[in-house]
Amino acid sequence: MGRMIPLHRLSPGTCAKVRQLTAKGNTRRRMLDLGLICGTRVEALQKSPSGDPVAYEIRGAVIALRSEEASQILVEVL
Amino acid sequence: MPGERMARETYRIDLHEEDLVIALAGNPNTGKSTVFNALTGLNQHTGNWPGKTVTNAHGKFIHRHLSFILFDLPGTYSLFANSVDEEVARDFICSGKPKVTIVVTDATCLERNLNLVLQVMEITEHVVLCVNLLDEAKRKKIQVDLTALSKILGIPVIGTNARDGFGLEALKDAVYQLATGTLQTKPLRISYGEVVEKCIKLLEPGIQGMINDQINSRWAALRLLDGDRDIGDRQIPDTIAAVDQLLLKAHLDQDTLRDHIVTCIVNQAEEIAQKVLSCKKQNYNVMDRRIDSVLTSKVWGIPVMIALLGLVFWITIKGANYPSQALATGLFWLEEKLTQLFMFAGWPDWLHGVLVLGMYRTLAWVISVMLPPMAIFFPLFTLLEDLGYLPRIAFNLDNFFKKACAHGKQALTMCMGFGCNAAGVISCRIIDSPRERLIAIITNNFVPCNGRFPTLIALTTIFIAGGMGGTGQSLVASLIILATIVLGVVITLTVSRILSKTVLQGIPSSFSLELPPYRKPQIGRIIVRSLYDRTLFVLARAIIVAAPAGMITWAFANIYVGNLSVLQHGANLLDPFAHLLGLDGFILMAFILGLPANEIVLPILIMSYMSAGQMIELDSLQALRNLFVANGWTWLTAVCTMLFCLNHYPCGTTLLTIKKETQSTKWTLITFAVTTAVGIILCFVVAQSARLLGLV
Repeated sequence: MGRMIPLHRLSPGTCAKVRQLTAKGNTRRRMLDLGLICGTRVEALQKSPSGDPVAYEIRGAVIALRSEEASQILVEVL
Repeated sequence: MPGERMARETYRIDLHEEDLVIALAGNPNTGKSTVFNALTGLNQHTGNWPGKTVTNAHGKFIHRHLSFILFDLPGTYSLFANSVDEEVARDFICSGKPKVTIVVTDATCLERNLNLVLQVMEITEHVVLCVNLLDEAKRKKIQVDLTALSKILGIPVIGTNARDGFGLEALKDAVYQLATGTLQTKPLRISYGEVVEKCIKLLEPGIQGMINDQINSRWAALRLLDGDRDIGDRQIPDTIAAVDQLLLKAHLDQDTLRDHIVTCIVNQAEEIAQKVLSCKKQNYNVMDRRIDSVLTSKVWGIPVMIALLGLVFWITIKGANYPSQALATGLFWLEEKLTQLFMFAGWPDWLHGVLVLGMYRTLAWVISVMLPPMAIFFPLFTLLEDLGYLPRIAFNLDNFFKKACAHGKQALTMCMGFGCNAAGVISCRIIDSPRERLIAIITNNFVPCNGRFPTLIALTTIFIAGGMGGTGQSLVASLIILATIVLGVVITLTVSRILSKTVLQGIPSSFSLELPPYRKPQIGRIIVRSLYDRTLFVLARAIIVAAPAGMITWAFANIYVGNLSVLQHGANLLDPFAHLLGLDGFILMAFILGLPANEIVLPILIMSYMSAGQMIELDSLQALRNLFVANGWTWLTAVCTMLFCLNHYPCGTTLLTIKKETQSTKWTLITFAVTTAVGIILCFVVAQSARLLGLV
């Protein structure tokens, strides 16, 4: 079992697996729509110029998430 | 047939008996619009901005003697109705009962796209899967086994390259076969596990009674489980109670059930993708990552963005200079000939005044001042759009918008405003939270649309940078335009923040933004699309407004009450107030008369000055400068006019659009008040400070 951290702490260039979504309601729904379910592999790609949001590769697509949202996704660092 | 009825009611179009309704669904950024355009050609109608999927466009195509009406649904990731767009798409497929639904997917991102495909297949059996962007996939060495995919899904799968027309005939064939019933589908059913399947079985009979087979009962049962219990509670309370018992036993509450359903779909998509995709090159996106690591980097992201924008303006200003002059020369030569014709024919002076000095001259100015910059700016801007750069702008600027308590996608709607503020306001639909959407709508006008760009460019070129010659002039002019845009963005952010701290309080809602792969732009298509859809569209609108406005202004300038013309009276009335803002009465008058369209402000102003005083030959930009100087313009007047141009009430079209989009007169008036107040305050402060400091 690797280290568990919220997604926004994942440093660019590293990969992780989604373990838990703590978001509720609509936000949770959107995350699920993006394919963020338990076990999904996520790679942090690139921070925006001000450091937030960060672009992640999720199921072949590049999705930018603000730290508020990313912090509600718990991942296991690979 | 419900599809036809819904089409009629929702889109208010005339459908013939034999027209077959086809829906076009797909994720955003899959080239859905390209497929739509390629299928329907120029035979299409949109409520607003052509070529963009901000609202439902529909178009017609004939295949094998059958007539199909294709409805372009909003691009969505899912049909669970988290947003207005998703609701529209879902409702159309669900209750509209289209004969066939085409789902467009991106071959380079098939797994994520399959999510939507599977959801559509839950609702309807008549689905054709269009795997688009095969060329991009090939370039990235991604191979999609279309035959296997079709076998697994049980529906026709057609590979296309909509940009060069590849595969479209096969797509039309598949649609034809499904619509005529010569081809049957056996869509894959996703299994949601024992408990959920049991619940569905329990619910289906009751639901069938409720909905009269209007919608797929399995899908309706799933939606009922997923949230919309109200209808069930009222109609089939016993079944619902039994279902709740089952769920309770399985420890599935609302949230976990939802997770469970989505997880099943996503896993299914993953499983299918693994079977049909083979990627010969690992890291196929490495090029995109490299580009992004420059274009969105901490050091280079924002400077490159500003430099790119500056380059666009420089090319526009530099390139528009010569054709503008040539057009002006040609059109004013024609004016002279027209005048001679009028004199030769002995037609009355007033007729010559209204038609030639009023209407023709205004038109000549609108065309010579507006056409060249638009014909250069729009293709360049469309190029950035086509390359996939706009989402990167949103990515770079998001933090600023977050600090302004606004939605990250506001950066995108702001970019759309560069084209046309009315289109920008419509594009605010991509923002789901009503609060943030209103903020985006109210502040959209702070970026100059194409109607105001030429005014800004003309004033900068002829006035502020006028003293310099050659390259220096266009360089300074582009820098000033760039500064104006940056100011517009700063004002957008400031006003957004003020709004979200006062009348529209709240915290930013959740946000995710897709950064699509960079795509090779289709230069030919960009030119055609930007010239046809944007330049000519905007020019035509400007001409339609400018012609009567030119006549009216000429009449106002030549009907005398006492010693002064009506126009002069008006200007005199406005003058004291205008002076406080660093303007004069005529300028303010031109902005008021220019309410229908911003394009005509400058021509009206020129005509007002010319009719009020000396008649000069206006055949060069230098002459225009002289005219303004003769009317008391200083650099301060030019600056204040540009500031007021950037910050004043939206044009008539935009106001009507705001009214339509917000369904509220109150917010339309607030937008009017906020934008105008910002202009008045800015101009007042600048003018008074400059005067106090003795700069003029």
